Formats: sequence, structure tokens, C-alpha cells
Amino acid sequence: MAMSTTMDQVVKRAKDSFGQMFDKSLHDLVRGIRNHKDNEAKYINEAIDEIKQELKQDNISMKANAVNKLTYLQMLGYDISWSAFNIIEVMSSNKFTFKRIGYLAASQCFHEGTDVLMLTTNMIRKDLSSSSMYESAVAMSGLSCFINADLARDLANDIMTLMTSTKPYIRKRAVLLLYKVFLNNPDALKPAFPRLKEKLEDPDPGVQAAAVNVICELARRNPKNYLALAPIFFRLMTTSTNNWVLIKIIKLFGALTPLEPRLGKKLIEPLTNLIHSTSAMSLLYECINTVVAVLVSISSGLPNHNASIQLCVQKLRILIEDSDQNLKYLGLLAMSKILQTHPKSVQAHNDLIMQCLDDKDESIRLRALDLLSGMVSKKNLMDIVRKLMIHMDKSEGSHYRDELLSKIIEICSQSDYQHITNFEWYISILVELTRLEGTKHGNLIARQMLDVAVRVESIRPFACNQMAILLANAHVFIIGSSSTTVAEVLYAAAWICGEFCSYLKEPQKTLESILNTKIILFPGHIQSVYYQNILKIITYLIQSSDNDEILAKQLVAMTIDKMSIFLSSGDVEAQERASITLHILKTVLKLIEKSEFNVNELSALFDGVLNPVAAKAQRKVAIPNGLDLDAWINDPPSESEDESVTTDSRHDNSGFFYGKHEENYSSNSYSNETSNYQQPRNYVEPTTDELEKQRESRKQSENMNPFYLKDSKKTKLTQKHETSIDHSNGNESMPSTPGKGAIPANLQISLSDQLYRQSKIDEENRRLKKKSKSDGGSSKKGKKSSKKSDIAAIDENEDDIYPTVQVTRGGELPEGVTESGHEDNDDDIGSRKNKKYDPHRALNIDFNEKPIQATYTPPPSQLKEPSKKLVETPPVS
Amino acid sequence: RQGKLRLQKWYTSQTDKSKKKITREIIAAVLSRKPKMSSFLEWKDLKVVYKRYASLYFCCAIEQDDNELLTLETIHRYVELLDKYFGSVCELDIIFNFEKAYFIFDEFILGGEVQETSKKSVLKAVNDQDVIQEEELEEKRSVLEDLGLA
Repeated sequence: MAMSTTMDQVVKRAKDSFGQMFDKSLHDLVRGIRNHKDNEAKYINEAIDEIKQELKQDNISMKANAVNKLTYLQMLGYDISWSAFNIIEVMSSNKFTFKRIGYLAASQCFHEGTDVLMLTTNMIRKDLSSSSMYESAVAMSGLSCFINADLARDLANDIMTLMTSTKPYIRKRAVLLLYKVFLNNPDALKPAFPRLKEKLEDPDPGVQAAAVNVICELARRNPKNYLALAPIFFRLMTTSTNNWVLIKIIKLFGALTPLEPRLGKKLIEPLTNLIHSTSAMSLLYECINTVVAVLVSISSGLPNHNASIQLCVQKLRILIEDSDQNLKYLGLLAMSKILQTHPKSVQAHNDLIMQCLDDKDESIRLRALDLLSGMVSKKNLMDIVRKLMIHMDKSEGSHYRDELLSKIIEICSQSDYQHITNFEWYISILVELTRLEGTKHGNLIARQMLDVAVRVESIRPFACNQMAILLANAHVFIIGSSSTTVAEVLYAAAWICGEFCSYLKEPQKTLESILNTKIILFPGHIQSVYYQNILKIITYLIQSSDNDEILAKQLVAMTIDKMSIFLSSGDVEAQERASITLHILKTVLKLIEKSEFNVNELSALFDGVLNPVAAKAQRKVAIPNGLDLDAWINDPPSESEDESVTTDSRHDNSGFFYGKHEENYSSNSYSNETSNYQQPRNYVEPTTDELEKQRESRKQSENMNPFYLKDSKKTKLTQKHETSIDHSNGNESMPSTPGKGAIPANLQISLSDQLYRQSKIDEENRRLKKKSKSDGGSSKKGKKSSKKSDIAAIDENEDDIYPTVQVTRGGELPEGVTESGHEDNDDDIGSRKNKKYDPHRALNIDFNEKPIQATYTPPPSQLKEPSKKLVETPPVS
Repeated sequence: RQGKLRLQKWYTSQTDKSKKKITREIIAAVLSRKPKMSSFLEWKDLKVVYKRYASLYFCCAIEQDDNELLTLETIHRYVELLDKYFGSVCELDIIFNFEKAYFIFDEFILGGEVQETSKKSVLKAVNDQDVIQEEELEEKRSVLEDLGLA
């Protein structure tokens, strides 16, 4: 009977008693709302009007019923803040039935900014100390929701008193409520702490658990204060059988160990015991996380360090293999934490993680992908990428496929291509990636192609010819869909073929593919690169033809003929470049006809090597002596020169670019131009003498300036390893690249697969060779091979069997500056730490500090809306 | 399933406006999940743990270092409590007796922390309070009877 008694029944019975006085019970309201789905708002507005009438009656049960209905409407999203005073009225009823309704309403709709809260202090104090434990409990539950700084300050002592109540039911709640008090009034923490600590040894396990909960929360903010409690917690951990409590204690230890490594050493054993014994997944998961955190914080190896990691990884494997998606997800999540410090242990489970890529749940697949990037090594990179490529073919959903694509590029390019041993293979992978339908990552692929071609000199011949195939098949990239950006790869292809055209097998054919009239369908920047590189290839063709004038003439004439259509490009830059190229060619043609052409004049346009510039280069440029960045380059406009002041202020921009005319140019050219600023300026061309002079002085200053980025003659990292020669020999024996006309998509076995197989064979051969070498023990080659056999002694290290390909890592830096730059990295870490923003920072109080931190840091929600808080909190009366 | 809110409980002080915004965003995020997916999703700097029981979704937003599985157990425990109290609970029980659902919740959790892990104790406390309510009602009725109103 009692169990099924609801407020409605109460009201219904009361209704019987009061007859007509009640309009609507909550039941009626809920049913009414369900029956008025079409005009819910209207129905509710009427109901609110009725409720307002009910609240005016001088009958507490009617008011309570009205407030109960309002609580329901509040949940549906209606504003009931106007009824705050009525709610307090119901809260203050001396009947438990109504008080409960009042507190519920308050806990749902009051927040720390509610201004009537200041009226409630005494009422709540009375309720907290009520002789009925349920009244007191109702008050505490409500207070935990709407407590603010004022209430926390005024009621802290009352709550402290409740912690000594004879009833565990009350003590437990008081302890938990205390945490809310601390959050809203951090000053209360220090004086209350001793009593909170006592509660850890309360005879009632529920109160103990509550104290553990609160201290666990507190310790997340400032673990240092709670280190001294470690023995108590240790005892609790080894004696408690309540998993809810155990999880909290273990979490707490996770926060403490970074401060006290000895604690971590002591923890490993009980934790691993728990991992072995527990059947509760939540506890197992918490233990694993804490063990991992402990092992990370104790960097110095523990004796059974590896065994613990192995145990965790094994257990995680079981989680990942479980059919429960939740366990799978969390298992992968925890694996990624282990990966950061013990990549080898995780790498052993490569197979499992690859399996997860087939999971139905995308979030699990993405987690597995995250793990993969940390698992690659020289040894397994090609295998992993190959599986990912196969996977990409099968998978559905362009978002996930794009995710796969960017992951492939990420794992291949990480740490400057550290794990790539065969760049031919990588280039062919990139080329195959361009076939991914509708990818958004065209730019990414293009950037990679450019980067590899620029950084890895030895790959250029191969890259050029692969790019030539792309250019020859440019038409496949003309797809109606605008969602894909894959055409961007043509940008890279055209530039690589142009810049490194001497490696092209059939440059003339490539030139013809570049002159494809369809290219005006591509975006402007791609066209621009095309037009620019036409000239490079022609220059090369003429150069390599030994000044064969007939051929040159033919070539130039053909190009001029085809290029004229590009003049109609819709993109301004592309059009301009086409026009410039065309006119240069026309001039060339004229000169050839007059037999006055010298190809060196043309090649001078593209002289010099483009080297990668280090990301930090700009920052590393030292400020030369005598350069004051804050000083004016030109004198600031002086007040006295009226004329120039007016022009400068009016011309803003032009003044900026041209500088002050009198100083740079002969003043007479501007003498007439003072008032009409819209009149076009006549730029007076300097005479050839002047130009020559300027050029000379510039050259001189360039030579004097050590920071000028000129192409360096000296080659970096010239030392090529023997192995890399082996490697290039291997290339020659490889199946030759498919003919130019072949569309790569039609190949039976993809090029990357061929290269993959070849690579595996080479690898095996080298391994055998090395083995026989070290078996023989004869070190004919002196230093190098003896070093090799040393390494071979350590079986795990097989890195030396992989070819070393020279990669220009980093990039050019200003002379005299080294790449050290650790300070930058440190900055990065620092800023990342700062970003991890802790909303409960207010509780970061050091108990040992003499003065209690006077600076008041507002609690979480206030932090989110600081301005609001200031407005809404009434002044303390 | 239609994204209607049946119960809500906040442990950080929020204005009505931000409550509505957060609720809307989380409901949308949870409803967009496919059935075979895990029960966890990342939402801003929090983790959302949800579980579906018949037509009802129970969602909790927890902090980064909170334990997801423990949260799932908490949700499950609450559903068990509802089930025991109402006797094979259904959505309508919660809609029509929403205040009871809150009372049970307040016995189970305070300030976002589980305060009572024993189902029996939670239900006993709730029932005791129902008895008090019942007694008060009887009292009232007898007063009314005395006054000759009933």
C-alpha cells in the first residue's frame, strides 16, 4: 500500500476531501499534455494560469500540488523561475509530504544565481537539524543541488555538526554534501579536513565510502595534501570488498603516485593481484589504468615492471576480444595509454588491432586507427599500410575512408619518414590513393608528393615518371563532383615533372599531356602551375637537344599553338601566367628565327635549386647588429611638411608601399601630384644605368648578409651508406614502371604491391647475407661491418638490414644556427598542460601553506559564466 | 527516443538557458548513435555514458578520469531500483510519477556521488518516507473529518 502511494493519490484523496477546490492533479496535467500534442504550448499556458490561481489560495496542499506540477513543466522546458517564492513557501511547510515537494522543485530550478536563495538560509538550517532524519536528508539532497557561496559559508558549521550525528544515514550525506561546500567555499576545506579524515575510519562502511569519495575528488585537485593518508587508504584497499569503494581508492592512488614513487612500487603487487582475481570489469579497468599510470610515473624500471605491463596488455586483449562493444572500446583506449611508454608490448598485438578495423562500430575503428600510428616500425610499416589499403577498398562511408587515407599518410610521414625504407613504394601508394573516390584529402596527397620529391633526392627519377603517368591521365580527375579535391594532385604532379624534368623518360610526351586543352577545367592554381612548368620542360628539351634549332622551333611553335587557348582561362592568375609564358615563347621563336637565340638565357629563368626551409628558420634568424626593428625605416611624416602630410594620410596604403617619395625617387615626378590622389601615378622607369647600380648594390648586400637564403653549394649529409647503394641496385632489377599510357587503375597487381613484394624479398636476402656475414665472422670491411655484427648480436635490432635512404630532414636554417631548439618543444608541452583546464581548481589548496589562499577562484559553473555570476548574485545583506 | 526529457539532475549550477542547450546537444549526440556502437562518446571535455532501456535512454556526463564502466553500473543500479519500486517499470510510470523517480534517485546519489550501494537500503528509505507521507495524509483527513468537511 505504502509503496504505491504517489503524490497523485495523495492529491486525489485530498481532492475527495476538498471537493471542487482542486482543478487538476499532476496526473491530469500529464494526461492533458499527452492529449494536446498539437497545441501543447497553448494547453500548458492555460495550465500555468490555473497554477497561478492555485498558488494564490491560502491552502498549503494546493500550493504543493501546484509546485509539483510546475516542477514537471520545468522539465519540459518552461520557465518557472517566477514561482521561486512559492517554492520556498512549500519548502517551509512543516509537513514532510510538502517539504519534499518543495525541496525537489528547488533542486530542479534554483541555481547559484537565484536571488531568493538568501531568504532560505535559516529555513534550511532548521531543516538540517530536524529531529526527523528524513527531513534532514531531504534538505541535504536539495542543498547539494542549489548550494551557492553564501549558503556554503553560512551552513558549513551546521553540516559539520551533522557529520557527528548518531545516524549513519545522516553522517554519510553530510560527508558527501561537504564536498559541495568546499567547491562553493574553498576556505572551509582546511578547517573541516581533520573531521573528514576521521570519517575514513567511521564504523559504518557507508560513511567510510562517502569519505573516500570526497577525498578522492579532492585529491584530483591537489594530491599533495592527501599523501599522508596513504597508509589508511592502503589498509582500506587491502581489506575492502566493496568494488565501488575499491575503484575510488585505486583512482585516488593513481593521483598520489606521481608525487611519491615509493607508493607506486608498493601498489603494484596488490593491484596486480586484483587484476588477476577480480571478475568486475569496472574494477579491472580501473586497476589497469592505475597500473599503467604508476608505471609511467616511475620511469626507473621496477624489477617486475615488464611482467606487470604484460599482464595489463594480456587483460586488455581479453577486453578487446570481448563481444561487448564497450569493453572493446575501453580496451583500445587503455592500450593507447600503454603504447606511449611501451610500444613494443602493444606492437605484439598488431593482429588484434588490425581486426578491430573491421568492427561495425566506427568509434572503435577510429580508436584502432589511433593505435596503429604508434605501432609502426621499419619492419611492419609496409604490411600495415598494405592492410589499410585493402581495408580502404572494402570500407564504406567516405568519412571513414578519408580518415584511413589521412592515417596512412600520417603513419608514413611521421618523424620525417623515419619508418619508410622504400620510397618507390611510398610514391606508388600515394599515386594509388588518388584513386580513392570522392576524397577530401587531395591537398594532403599533393603536399606529400611534393615533400617527398623535394626531400628525397634519390626518388626523383621514379617520382617524375609516376607523376608523368598522372599527368597523362589527367582526364580521370575531371569529375563532376565538387566534393572531391583529388585533382589537387595534378598541382604536385605538374610541378614535380617541371622542376625535375631532366629525370623524365619522355619529356616531350609529358609536355604534350601538360598542354592538354582540358586543363582549363581545373582550379586556377593548378592551371598556373601547369603554365609555369611548360616553360621549364621546353627549356630542358631545347637544352638537351644540343641546340637543334629545327627541333626547338618545332617545339616552340607547337606549344604556342596549343597555349593560345589558355589565354581564355577564367582565373586571373592562370590567365596572366599563360600570357607571360606565351609571350616568352613568342620571343624565343623570334630569336630562333633570327638565329640569335641562346638557351642559357631561357634556363636562367629557372636557375637554382629549391631547398626545403626549416619550420623554425624564420624564428632563428638573428637580428643583425645595428638593426633596430622598432626604428622607423623612413622618417615619420614630419608635421612641418604640410603637403606630404596630406598626401600620406589620404593615401594610407600607397604611402605604405611607395614609401616617402622624395627620398626614393626623383621628386620632380611627383611635384604636380598633391591634391588629386586618384590620378594614376606615373611610375618613372629608372634608366638602365640606375637599374644596374641598384642590382649591384643589392648583390653586394646579399653577399654581405649571412642570412640571405641563397642556395647553398655544399650538400648536406653527403655520406651515403653502402646499404643505400645496395638498395638502388635492387631497384634496377625491379619490374620496370608501367608504360606511360597505362592507366594505373587497370593494373592487375598494383605497383605498390609489386614494390612491396620486391621489398620483402630484398629484405630477406639482406637478412640472409647479414647472417652469413656474421657467421663467417670475417670483418674485411673494417669498422663498418664489425659494427654491424655487433648489432647483429642483439637479435631484436634488425634496423640495419633496412636500406637507408637519404632524406633531407628538417630544412635549411640560417647559417650559424643549430637545430637544437629544445626551448620550443618545452614551450609546446607547457602550453598543452595549461590548456587542460581544471574546473575544480578552487580546491587546489595547499594545507601546508600558512595563510589560506586568499585569492578566491570561483567554482566550475561560475568559471563558465563569470559575468553572469556577478550580475545575478545579490549583495549579501 | 523522440528526444523528450523524462528526468534530469544537475550537479553543477547552470542557468535554465544553458541547461536547455546542453540537454539538446547531448540528446542529439546520443540519438545519432547506431545500435551497435559502444555506450561512450566524447562531448566537449566530458565523456557521455549512455544506456538504452526499452524506449528510454539514461545518460550521464562524467569527467575525463571517471570510470565509464562504473558509470554504466550506476545507471543500471538506478534502473533496477526503479524496477523494484514500481514493479517492472515502464516509461509511463516515470512520466506519471516523476517525483517518485527523483526521490529514489536522491536516496541513491547525492551531489553526484553514489551514497548508498545497497538496493535494499535505498528502497527501505524511500518506503519509510512514503509511510510518513501516508500518515500525514491520514492525519489531515481526520482533521477534516473532525471539522465535518469530509
